[in-house]
Amino acid sequence: MRTFTSRQVSVSAVVLVLLLFFPLVARGSFPMHVMIMLFMFAMMGVAWNIMGGYAGMFSFGQVAFFGIGAYTSSYLLVTHHISPWIGIFVGGILAALTAAAIGIPCSNLRGHYFAIASIAFGEIVRIQFNNWKLIGAAEGLTLPMLPESFANFMFHSSKAPYYYIILGFLLAALIVCYLVATSKMGFYFRAIKESHEVAKVLGINFVHYRLMAIMISAFLTAMAGTFYAQYILYLDPESVLILPISVQIVLVAMLGGAGSVIGPVIGAAILIPVSEITRVMLGHKGTGIDMMVYGTLIMLISVYQPQGVWGLLSSIGRRAR
Amino acid sequence: MSALCLEVAGITKRFGGLLANDAISFAAHDGEIVSIIGPNGAGKSTLFSCITGFYPPNAGTVRFRGQDITRLGADRICKLGIARTFQIVQIITDMTVLENVMTGAFLRHARNGAARARAEEVLRFTGLIDKQHMAATALTIADKKRLEVSMALATGPTLLMLDEAMAGLTPVELKDMIVLIRQVRNSGVTLVIVEHVMEAVMELSDRVIVINSGRKIVEGPPAEVVRNPEVIQAYLGERYHAGR
Repeated sequence: MRTFTSRQVSVSAVVLVLLLFFPLVARGSFPMHVMIMLFMFAMMGVAWNIMGGYAGMFSFGQVAFFGIGAYTSSYLLVTHHISPWIGIFVGGILAALTAAAIGIPCSNLRGHYFAIASIAFGEIVRIQFNNWKLIGAAEGLTLPMLPESFANFMFHSSKAPYYYIILGFLLAALIVCYLVATSKMGFYFRAIKESHEVAKVLGINFVHYRLMAIMISAFLTAMAGTFYAQYILYLDPESVLILPISVQIVLVAMLGGAGSVIGPVIGAAILIPVSEITRVMLGHKGTGIDMMVYGTLIMLISVYQPQGVWGLLSSIGRRAR
Repeated sequence: MSALCLEVAGITKRFGGLLANDAISFAAHDGEIVSIIGPNGAGKSTLFSCITGFYPPNAGTVRFRGQDITRLGADRICKLGIARTFQIVQIITDMTVLENVMTGAFLRHARNGAARARAEEVLRFTGLIDKQHMAATALTIADKKRLEVSMALATGPTLLMLDEAMAGLTPVELKDMIVLIRQVRNSGVTLVIVEHVMEAVMELSDRVIVINSGRKIVEGPPAEVVRNPEVIQAYLGERYHAGR
């Protein structure tokens, strides 16, 4: 049973307080940017974990939901002046419906086959959006400059509001994941991950529950997409619909520890700073050395800690007790 | 005689050119223990899968408490009250014993606390309560089989179908399993079991059905069936007969 130990609660509380004060002490915009990306990928890792870590559907197509979220709210804002706070829910719902539409024909696919189908799905959405005139095709969409306010979901003088918003989103995603994991749904997801046979024999309609997992995951990922559009204020298919974003989401969850609520956050806390810092320090040389450093780290973790970093931490915790 | 629980009529299942089940019919009444025996490859497990919705039969009908369930999916059949186990144990490997049984209990108890209470009740009944916090994979074969039975019971069945629940058990474990199956029946659950261990079949069964090459050859009380020359030739062998 997943109940928290008092130590876990106190560590989380301390970390949360430190995170709340971070914008007050951070110097320059780069550390803030890294933290914002960290929270955003952690949120998407948590969303991936619901379908991948718990229900065993290894999606490499999450970027499609991210893109649908980003494009939906941006399109509504650009053409109809609809608030992104409404657009974020419309995007979430559209992503969830798309997820259901793709999930039903894929409901018998497992393991590698599901992963392959999900890559294809992500690529189809990218190519579609690249040629879709209504939403700017390859030129993308530029969001209008509006006065900065929470209502407009737009801030120019400081990154701090973005920081707090995405931190809030991440906490919301963690709460959703925790509620799912400890309920009937979470147990059913884990049964489905084991095998469709064991699920069926326990009376579980696996098609129904797989769809639930995909739709929850898609909704949360689309929310991150809207956030990203509001943060960058510009989007095109080659920035919000590319496969490397999907891969990054999977890595964050897998390296942190798939199948535990907090795992993806730990994964993001390690990978995102490394990826951003190596990109800034080494990326401009055009030698690809940043990707080499990044790739080496991933290989080391997968070889020495296949359970993810969380697996390592919890086994240390068990020994200490 | 008590009410009909399960009624199987003319079940036929073909895999390409192989006729795995050839128009098999039988029935189980409420509170009975019916055993299905026969040599390896006779079609016993296929029959189980046709009844429980894992395979669609090519012909024939399955009725459960009067309702036609022939074309229903396995999960729907489970909801109606038929639970089964597999020849190769099917458990959720990354869960504890309690969590496995809770997953079954969620079928009739939506809330976490109620499912947990039901799971603990089942584990006390099956004698695994002291191992509830162990990882399911850490159990012995006998306990894994017991766990699978617990998961099946947690779904609240009125008919339990066990596919070789005794295979590979030591004599002591076998005795324990026989006791457990009796307890299950005494709790009001009807049982249909596929079994090779004749000791258990003789002790438990009200009726025995013998299948060979996909066809039912004999049906009757266990003492009668083991004397049947056709059964001896197809399955038991002369030596078993001589030993009786």
